Amino acid sequence: MKKTYKIDVDCANCANKMEQAAQKTEGVKSATVNFMTLKMIVEFLEGHDPKVVMEQVRQNCKRVESDCEVFL
Amino acid sequence: MTKRQKIMLIRILVAAALLVALQFLPVTGWLRFLCYMAPYLVVGYDILRKALKGILNRQVFDECFLMAVATVGAIALALYEGSGDYTEAIAVMLFYQVGEWFQSYAVGKSRRNISDLMDIRPDYANLEQEGKLLQVDPEEVEVGSTILVQPGEKVPIDGIVLTGSSTLNTAALTGESLPREVAAGDEVISGCINMTGLLRIRTTKEFGESTVSKILDLVENASSRKSKSEDFISKFARVYTPAVCFAALALAFLPPLARMAVLGLAPAWGTWVYRALTFLVISCPCALVISIPLSFFAGIGGASKAGVLVKGSNYLETLSQTKVVVFDKTGTLTQGVFQVNGIHHNELEDQKLLEYAALAESASSHPISKSIQRAYGKELDRSRVTDIQELGGSGVIATVDGRQIAAGNHKLMARLGVQAIPCHSVGTIIHMAIDGKYAGHIVISDLVKPHAKDAIQALKAAGVRRTVMLTGDAKPVADQVAAALGLDEVYSELLPAGKVEQVERLLAQKPEREKLAFVGDGINDAPVLSRADIGIAMGAMGSDAAIEAADVVLMDDDPLKIPKAIKISRKCLGIVYQNIVFAIGVKLICLALGALGFASMWLAIFADVGVMVLAVLNAIRALFVQNL
Repeated sequence: MKKTYKIDVDCANCANKMEQAAQKTEGVKSATVNFMTLKMIVEFLEGHDPKVVMEQVRQNCKRVESDCEVFL
Repeated sequence: MTKRQKIMLIRILVAAALLVALQFLPVTGWLRFLCYMAPYLVVGYDILRKALKGILNRQVFDECFLMAVATVGAIALALYEGSGDYTEAIAVMLFYQVGEWFQSYAVGKSRRNISDLMDIRPDYANLEQEGKLLQVDPEEVEVGSTILVQPGEKVPIDGIVLTGSSTLNTAALTGESLPREVAAGDEVISGCINMTGLLRIRTTKEFGESTVSKILDLVENASSRKSKSEDFISKFARVYTPAVCFAALALAFLPPLARMAVLGLAPAWGTWVYRALTFLVISCPCALVISIPLSFFAGIGGASKAGVLVKGSNYLETLSQTKVVVFDKTGTLTQGVFQVNGIHHNELEDQKLLEYAALAESASSHPISKSIQRAYGKELDRSRVTDIQELGGSGVIATVDGRQIAAGNHKLMARLGVQAIPCHSVGTIIHMAIDGKYAGHIVISDLVKPHAKDAIQALKAAGVRRTVMLTGDAKPVADQVAAALGLDEVYSELLPAGKVEQVERLLAQKPEREKLAFVGDGINDAPVLSRADIGIAMGAMGSDAAIEAADVVLMDDDPLKIPKAIKISRKCLGIVYQNIVFAIGVKLICLALGALGFASMWLAIFADVGVMVLAVLNAIRALFVQNL
């Protein structure tokens, strides 16, 4: 399953860091951050609840870039 | 400007003013230090706060942390050496913030510019309900509703004209302002602007399924498919910052220790720590990382404006490396508008033969079938036709009025064991057999598109090495078209599967870094489109199948759009490479100068911000593709 989320982040490198952080989160199959359109596209692994996973993704993103936001 | 950008701008200006004023204030010692802390904190408090958070989260390679170390280090050095020169540290922080501000402003601006470019989203629809007219959100209009479009308004949803006639401007979709005439019964697609008359339209799709939504969706999401250049840069950035930081660490400790231990000189800690701090200033990879996606974003935006929809940054990259272009003939190089030019050797009356052919082909949407139906010119009673068998690449067999009608090429005749009479005219020949007996043939010919020849020449001028045409048509027709257009190779009488085979063979023949593009109409050639390195569908305004199967969609059917698309991609990729080489080059030069002591922190920060400003401005250049 693939879902798109709106994000807010200030710099392009920070967006890359968010992408990496999201990719490393458990339950995420793949994640792409599009800095130009401020969107995060997340593909979830089977059997994971997107809500729970995204909560974790948001936390992990905040850890690498304190000023970012993922709108769930 | 957003609120955040305004606040930042004020902070920058206040800090700059304070810094200038302090230059004339004759204070010394701790008072001087405290005075200088004012502009430093005004401009940099958020960086320091983020740096602190970074440490708590163990993000030591965070830009803010590095900036904080560099500037705090420089201030500490000034205190330690007693020079009282705090200006440099503050200036570094100030210019870093100027750079960040500019980046945020430029990116925001180009985001808006590019959205404006694709300003085809309709704001409202005039819904006709119980004789009254309501202005509603297009999303709320159901399929089968009646909407009214006045002159000057955009068609909000795809549909069929019920009453009225008008001229539509398709420029926003195709990039060409070629007006299109529509009247009752014609299909209209959303995004066109109604120019002259009032149109009443019955909607055939929901807004979300309409052409305009599809196109916006496609363009908006295109930059999510990242190119190799973008992957390279994000990998580079991941390695670059830690590498520079470790180099800085080494620079701070190794040379002084070496001086003491090996050369027996004074360690000169101050000098080397200063050089190390200069390294940290250069360690931020932002200029690099921002300019690449921005270039692709601008390139894709500019291309859409010109009527070339590219589905991803990766496809733009592949398109720029195209050296082999394979065309489908019908609908791509030729107009696909066939005309019946003659009926020969017929046993029946011309009109009767046409009637049988039209009925047998009535279920087919192939351009040739359409032309026969048009030539027949009367309403078709489909209940007379049963048992339709479509044989891809050869024709159809159907039962009409209880008689078996076969219509197709000579292969079909051979299959049925019917002796066909060959035709001396050039064109597509539809042989007819009725109840297994030869009944004559219909000659159909197609016209070459007006710009097809120019397009082939423009492709060659743009560095395309090989142009190939594939067609299911007979050899004489194919050879004649290929010769007229100046194509390098032609393969005719191919079945759909044969086209895939030919493309696979061509793919195997070329070197890996040269890419092969296939151009088709996107309707019958989906397998070939997806097999090629890059599939281009043309003239496919609003066709779902084409948007699905192709990587690049040309909004109108002018073949000149093909070289244009390639030129747009080359320009964009050119800018990408310029930015990569320029940004990395300047950084490396600054690192070298910094290590040798020729570059001060001033130079480092100017180089850093300067490179970013230039790279961003260069990236925006990718937007301008009108004159390519």
